[in-house]
Amino acid sequence: MSKYQGRPEAVRALVRDTEVHKDLYIDPELFDLEMEHLFANTWVYVGHASQVPNTGDYTTTTVGTQPVVMVRHTDASVKVLYNRCPHKGTKVAGEVCGNTGKFFRCPYHAWTFRTDGRLLAVPLKKGYDDTGFETCEASQGMAPVGAVHVYRDFVFCRLNPQGVSFEAFFGESLSTIDNMVERSPEGKLQVAGGVLRYMHPCNWKMLVDNQTDTCHPMVAHESSAGTAVRVWKEAPEGTPKPMAVELFAPFVNSYEFFEGMGIRVWDNGHGHTGVADSIHAAYSPAPGYWEQMVATYGEDRAKQILGDVRHNTVYFPNIMVKGPIQTLRRFLPIAADKTLVESWTFRLVGAPDLLLERTLMYNRIINAPTSMVGHDDLEVYERAQQGLHARGRDWINVGRLYDPAERGQANATTNGTSELQMRNQFRAWARYMTASMVEERA
Amino acid sequence: MTSFSDKQLIDFVYAEARLLDEQRFDAWLDLFSEDGHYWMPLAPGQQDPRLHASLLYEDKLLLRVRVERLAGARTFSQQPRSRCHHLLQQPSVEQADHEAGTYTLRTAFHYVETRQDTQTLFAGWATHELVTQDAALRIRLKRVELVNCDAAFGNINLFM
Repeated sequence: MSKYQGRPEAVRALVRDTEVHKDLYIDPELFDLEMEHLFANTWVYVGHASQVPNTGDYTTTTVGTQPVVMVRHTDASVKVLYNRCPHKGTKVAGEVCGNTGKFFRCPYHAWTFRTDGRLLAVPLKKGYDDTGFETCEASQGMAPVGAVHVYRDFVFCRLNPQGVSFEAFFGESLSTIDNMVERSPEGKLQVAGGVLRYMHPCNWKMLVDNQTDTCHPMVAHESSAGTAVRVWKEAPEGTPKPMAVELFAPFVNSYEFFEGMGIRVWDNGHGHTGVADSIHAAYSPAPGYWEQMVATYGEDRAKQILGDVRHNTVYFPNIMVKGPIQTLRRFLPIAADKTLVESWTFRLVGAPDLLLERTLMYNRIINAPTSMVGHDDLEVYERAQQGLHARGRDWINVGRLYDPAERGQANATTNGTSELQMRNQFRAWARYMTASMVEERA
Repeated sequence: MTSFSDKQLIDFVYAEARLLDEQRFDAWLDLFSEDGHYWMPLAPGQQDPRLHASLLYEDKLLLRVRVERLAGARTFSQQPRSRCHHLLQQPSVEQADHEAGTYTLRTAFHYVETRQDTQTLFAGWATHELVTQDAALRIRLKRVELVNCDAAFGNINLFM
């Protein structure tokens, strides 16, 4: 009998109040179950509607490990289909992005499909007469995913046809997306500047955990951000502070700063650092931007929008959004010990170019495979991925500032160095891992 | 204005790569003009370093941070350290303005970076935009184009 397959109780037992079992990070069976259950029961980010502005525009990606294609259908809606020809299994859409016109055409036998997946035509169709073709799976075309929801141009899907609704799953956490959108004087975002792709030899959850880990920057990033601050101090007096230093410096703020900035958690594993303050709070203003914002929203509202400086918002299971610097990081699971990290950037439509320039610089110096910051993060993930195989210890501690009363609290705010958000993620992990798991009897 | 022969220009590019292979980073940094940049585009043929992402686009200040960080006691990702090796095709002088003292060279390369048991091969082309300052050549722009610049990479720790 397998260790976890068909054993929801065994899966639940991996998550305790203040610790989680190492198997979450290293066990291939558990990884497969995550792909089968967790990534099928939850609402997973697929892409942004601005990536597919015109009919037939598509982009390919994965949901969990499932190959999917997101496409702008002929009725202008966005569809998400499994990227698999129902005939022989070939991935129908081959490019990362492109335009397929009014239909997809499989490169193997030229079967064609409408952009909602329905079968359009098959060459030499007569050969299927009286073969029961109409009732077989192939005639159903490319399969759509279970459900799609587009929220302010952010496209999410749930692979399973049944399950938690989009609204119930995200609840008030959508306020981070709202804030990022409202930072555009036109209330519109556009994916811009390309995507950085960074391969990590570690489990995807290490990256998600790290997003709200506020006790590591001053340690792991002393070497980069600390050096940047030191080199800058040697510059002749009166030299204007470079953008890069402004972006780097807050990484080595004190523990007290991170404690004070606060953490807020919502239900279902979502949450964010940076409630009262954040490392993104003190960037220089972009000339003309404030006036644009006031013209659109009025002074009070503009102040409110720009004053909301949330640091990292985790949308469980596998993305992180930064409203004030317009980035979205996606942690794509490949294997128990392999994760592709994509870092996307957005243009605030109508805002000065300087903001996109800053966003791109931030992304480059923090999230690129050449990043001095990323190198030290990846080093600790990789060491953890190897270290977790040690037999001397079986559990990972997430007990910092644990409070027995925290369970079941939605929309709770606490000390910024608490590991409450990590615990929140693991509780959601256990919930959505087992929601569709049928118990097998021994 | 001091004028440089093709051989001197080509030797400059070879010497630059050798400083990197020998990890003489401070001497390497001195080869850049004060307004110099090191650029690794993310997209093939990319023209814009500002409003499009790059793998690297760093001025001298950031390059100095990078060099000092490599020597830092708490640079955990460089314990143990990376090593590198450049294999260059003979550079070609693409443009030479002896009056202005500016030169452009293009060099195909294979670059190997190693750390612990992993060795990674990169291939591409480097373009050097050189200027003459105080009778010496300085790098105003080193542009490193990887043939697979848009691939998903692991850590790239040193300089190509």
